[in-house]
Amino acid sequence: MSSITTHPAGHDTEHHAGYHPGGFARWLTTTNHKDIGTMYLTFSLIMFFVGGLMILAVRAELFQPGLQLMKPEFFNQLIGVHALVMIFAALMPAATGFANWMIPLMIGAPDMALPRLNNWGFWLLPPAAILLTLPFTLALFGVGDGAIATGWTFYAPLSVQGGMGIDFAILSVHILGISSIMGSINIIVTIFNMRAPGMTMMKLPIFAWGWLITAFLLIATLPVLAGAVTMLLTDRHFGTHFFDAAGGGDPILFQHLFWFFGHPEVYILLLPVWGLIPHVLSTFSRKPIYGYKAQVYSFIAIGVLSVIVWAHHILTSGLPIPALIYFMFSTMAISLPLAVLFFCWIATMWKGAMTFETPMLFAIGFIVLFGIAGLTGLILADVAADAQYHHSYFVVAHFHYALFAGGIMGVMTGVYYWLPKWTGHMYSETLGKWHFWLTVVSFNLTFIPQFFLGLAGMPRRIPDYALQFAEFNAISTIGAFILGISQLLFAWNVWACVRGGRKATGRVWEGAEGLEWELPSPPPYHSWEIQPQVK
Amino acid sequence: MTSVTLESPTMNNMAGDVVVWLKKAVCLLTPFILPGIANAAYNFNFPEPVTPVARETLHVHNEFMLIITILFVVVFAIMIYSMIKHRKSVGHQPTKFTGPSGGLQWFWALVPFAILLFIDFILMGIPAVNALVDMEDTKTRADMVLKVTGMQWKWQYEYPEAGVKFISTLSTPREQISNAEAKGKHYLLEVDNPVVLPVGKKVRILLTSTDVIHTWWVPQFGVKRDAIPGFLRETWVKIEKPGTYRGQCAELCGKDHGFMPVVVHAVTEPEYLAWLEEKKVQAKAAAGGADRTWSSDELMTKGQEVYEKQCAVCHQPNGLGMPPAFPALSGSPIVKGPLLAKDGKILKDSHVDRVLNGKAGTAMQAFRNTLSDVELAAVITYERNSFGNRQGDMIQPAQIKALR
Repeated sequence: MSSITTHPAGHDTEHHAGYHPGGFARWLTTTNHKDIGTMYLTFSLIMFFVGGLMILAVRAELFQPGLQLMKPEFFNQLIGVHALVMIFAALMPAATGFANWMIPLMIGAPDMALPRLNNWGFWLLPPAAILLTLPFTLALFGVGDGAIATGWTFYAPLSVQGGMGIDFAILSVHILGISSIMGSINIIVTIFNMRAPGMTMMKLPIFAWGWLITAFLLIATLPVLAGAVTMLLTDRHFGTHFFDAAGGGDPILFQHLFWFFGHPEVYILLLPVWGLIPHVLSTFSRKPIYGYKAQVYSFIAIGVLSVIVWAHHILTSGLPIPALIYFMFSTMAISLPLAVLFFCWIATMWKGAMTFETPMLFAIGFIVLFGIAGLTGLILADVAADAQYHHSYFVVAHFHYALFAGGIMGVMTGVYYWLPKWTGHMYSETLGKWHFWLTVVSFNLTFIPQFFLGLAGMPRRIPDYALQFAEFNAISTIGAFILGISQLLFAWNVWACVRGGRKATGRVWEGAEGLEWELPSPPPYHSWEIQPQVK
Repeated sequence: MTSVTLESPTMNNMAGDVVVWLKKAVCLLTPFILPGIANAAYNFNFPEPVTPVARETLHVHNEFMLIITILFVVVFAIMIYSMIKHRKSVGHQPTKFTGPSGGLQWFWALVPFAILLFIDFILMGIPAVNALVDMEDTKTRADMVLKVTGMQWKWQYEYPEAGVKFISTLSTPREQISNAEAKGKHYLLEVDNPVVLPVGKKVRILLTSTDVIHTWWVPQFGVKRDAIPGFLRETWVKIEKPGTYRGQCAELCGKDHGFMPVVVHAVTEPEYLAWLEEKKVQAKAAAGGADRTWSSDELMTKGQEVYEKQCAVCHQPNGLGMPPAFPALSGSPIVKGPLLAKDGKILKDSHVDRVLNGKAGTAMQAFRNTLSDVELAAVITYERNSFGNRQGDMIQPAQIKALR
C-alpha cells in the first residue's frame, strides 16, 4: 500500500508499458478507473431507458379502466422487472460509475485500489441484466411463463408458487450482489489507503464520505438478501419450508429478511447523491460547504438508523404493539439527521453568489422534491395512518419522490456537473435547461395525482381499476409519457457532449474547489501519478 | 377518458382543513390541462370514515398533512428567499462561513432541530400511539367474530358463532373488463355475495389465507390487515352508519390481484339477524341436496355454474387453461384418469384428489373447505364431460360426503 501512495515520480513509465488492445478488447480488459466508470455510466443509461420503456407500457395500460394492452400476468412481470432494473441496473451502477470516475480524481489517487476486481465487478452486470430480462424472450418461444411476476419484493409464498422467471431473478440478484460487494470493497480500500498525503478523513471530499457509508451498508445488508433469496430457492426446489407454515416456516420471515436489506438499500441509493449535492451547491453558490462535519455525522447516523427500522415496510402484517411503536419512533428518528442535511444544504446556498446552470437547477429540484419524499416518509411512519397509505398509490408516489427525484435527478445533477470534466466539452446549456424544466413539471404531473389516488383507496400493482380512479390515472399517464420522452433530450445532450462542443477549462465552473478541478479536462488517461500534497 | 359522473365517497371537509384546500388549489389547475375531464369527480383525501378507527386515522392524517405542509412552506420559503436575494446577477458577494460560530448562530442552527424533535415525538408521536393502541385493541368487548380467508382470487367469509360461511367473488362481467361492454357504476368493486355486518357492533375480524398473502382493505373502515397462510391475524371494525362499503385486496397475490374486491353491507341488527337466518336456511338446503341422487343433467347444469365462478379464471371458460402456469382441462391426463380407486377411496393425484386437496406450491387450491358436496360433485362431473372430455362417468354428492 505505502509503495503506491509514496510512489516516486520516476516510476510512472512502467504504467504506460504493456498490453493496450483497441476496440472491444480494450473495454473488456481495461482496468483503468475512467474506462470502467464510463462503462458503468453507459450501462446505467441504457438500462434506465429499458426500465423506463417497461413502465411506460404499464402506464399506457393504466391510461383508462379496462384491460387494453396486456394480460394481468404480463402487467405483473413488467412492474417487478421495472423496479429491479431501475434499482440494480440503473441507479446503483450510475453511483458506482461516479465513484470510479471521481473518487480517485478527488482524493488524488492514480486509480482504484483493486483494478482487476473493478473490471470483474462491471462485467458481471451485463450477464445479470440479461438473466433478469431473458424470461420475457423465452416466453415468446413458449419456454416458461415470463419474468418474475411478484413485484421486486419476491414475497413468499407467491414467489414459491411462481414460474421459472423467479429462478432467473434469484440468480440475477446473486450476481448483482456479488458485483456490488466487490465494488464496495474496492471503494472502502481506496478511500482508506490511497488518499493524497495530508488528506485526513475529515478533509475527505464529502462525496467520498457518502459513498463510504453506502459501501459499508452494502457489505452489511446484501448478504442478508442473498441468504433470503437462497432460502427461497431451496423452498422452491429442494423441499425446505423456511417460508411455509405447513412445515414450521413463516412467510413473514421472508419479509423481515428482505426489508433488512431493502430499507438500507434506499440509503444505499441516496447517500452517494447526498454526497455530491453539497459539492454542486458550493460550486454554484461560490461559497464553501456549510456544516461539513455535521453532514458527515448525519451520514453515519442515517447509515446506522437505516439498519434498525426495516419493519416499517410491513406495518400491516400484524406485528405486536411494542414492535409497532419501536419501528414507528425509530423511523421518525431518521428525520432528525435528514433535517440536519437539509439545513446544511440551504445554509450552503445562504448568502452565496448563486448562478443557475443546469447542475444547480437539478440540485435545487432535488432538494425540493426530495423534501416531499422526506416529509411524506415521516407520516408514513405513523402506524395508524399507514394502515391507509400502505400498499396504496400513496406509497408509490412517495418512493418515486425518493428514488426518481432523490436518486435519478441526483444522478443527473452529477452527470451535468462532471460531464465537462470527463469529456473536455461543455454540454448544451439550453438543452439542459429544457431537460430540467420538462423533467420537473412532468414528474410532478405523473406523481402528484398518485398521492390522491392512494388517499382515495387505489391499491398499487393492479392492472385495472374502479371508475372513480380514472381521471387521476389518465393525468398520471400523460405525465409519465412526457417524462419519458424528455429523457431523450438528456441522452442526446450527453451524446453530443461526448462527440464535441465548446472546450471546457480544467476548472470548468468558476466556483469549483477540489483536487479533481486541478487536472485538465478531460484528465489524462493516467492521472495523479505523482500524488498531490493536501495542506 | 370516461365522462361518467361517479358516485364518490363524500370528501371529508373538516372545517378549516387547510391541507385539503391547498391540495385542491393545486388540482384546480388540472382542468386547464385536460379540459375533457373538468366535470369528473376528484377525491383529495380519505373517503368518508364510518368507524371510530377510520375517523381517528383521518384526524391523525389531516393533522400530519398540516404539519408537513407548514414545514415544507417555511423551509422552502427560506430557500427561495435566498435564491432571489443571494444571486450573482444581483451582485451579491459570497460570504465564507462554513458553520455556526458564536452563541447566536448555534442557537439558530439548533432551533430547527429542537422543533423537529418536538414535532416527531410529541406532536405526531403521541396521537399516533393513541390511535395505534386503539386500532390494535381487538379483544375488548367484541360482540361477534368474522373470519376472513383470502384465496386466489376471492374471499371466504365465515360467521363461526352462527355456522355460516360462503365465498365472495367478483361479479363484474368479463365483457366489461375487456371493454366489450359499457362499464357499470361499481366496476370491479362488486361481488356476488357481499359480507353483511350489523352497525354499532364491535366485530372482531380474524384473517388468514389458504395460498399466498392477501390484504383485506376497506378504506372507509380505516382497516388494512394482511391475511397470511398458516397464521391468524386480527383487526376490528365498529361500523357506525348503514351502507355499502367497498374495498380491494391490497397485496399483490398473483394474476387476478386486481379482481378480488371486498364489499360489505352494513345493516341494522334486525336486518342482519334476518339475513343470517336466511343464510342458515340456504346452507341447510344445500347440505340436504347431498343425500339424494342427482341426475347427470342436474350435475352438469350445476357444474357449469360452479366452474364459471370458481375455475374459469385460471382454466378459462373453454377449458384450455393458460399453460404452463394453469394447465388445460381439455384432454388433461388427470381429468381422463380413473374417477376413484377400486376400493372407492381417493386415488392419489387423481382428478378428485386435485379438486378436493389442491396441488401444493401452485395456484391450484384445495376446494374441500370452500365448496359444498353438491358443488364438488357437480363441477367434477362437469369437467369430465366437457371441453371435449367424454368420460361418461359421474360422481354423486353423497360419494363426496363419504370421501371427506
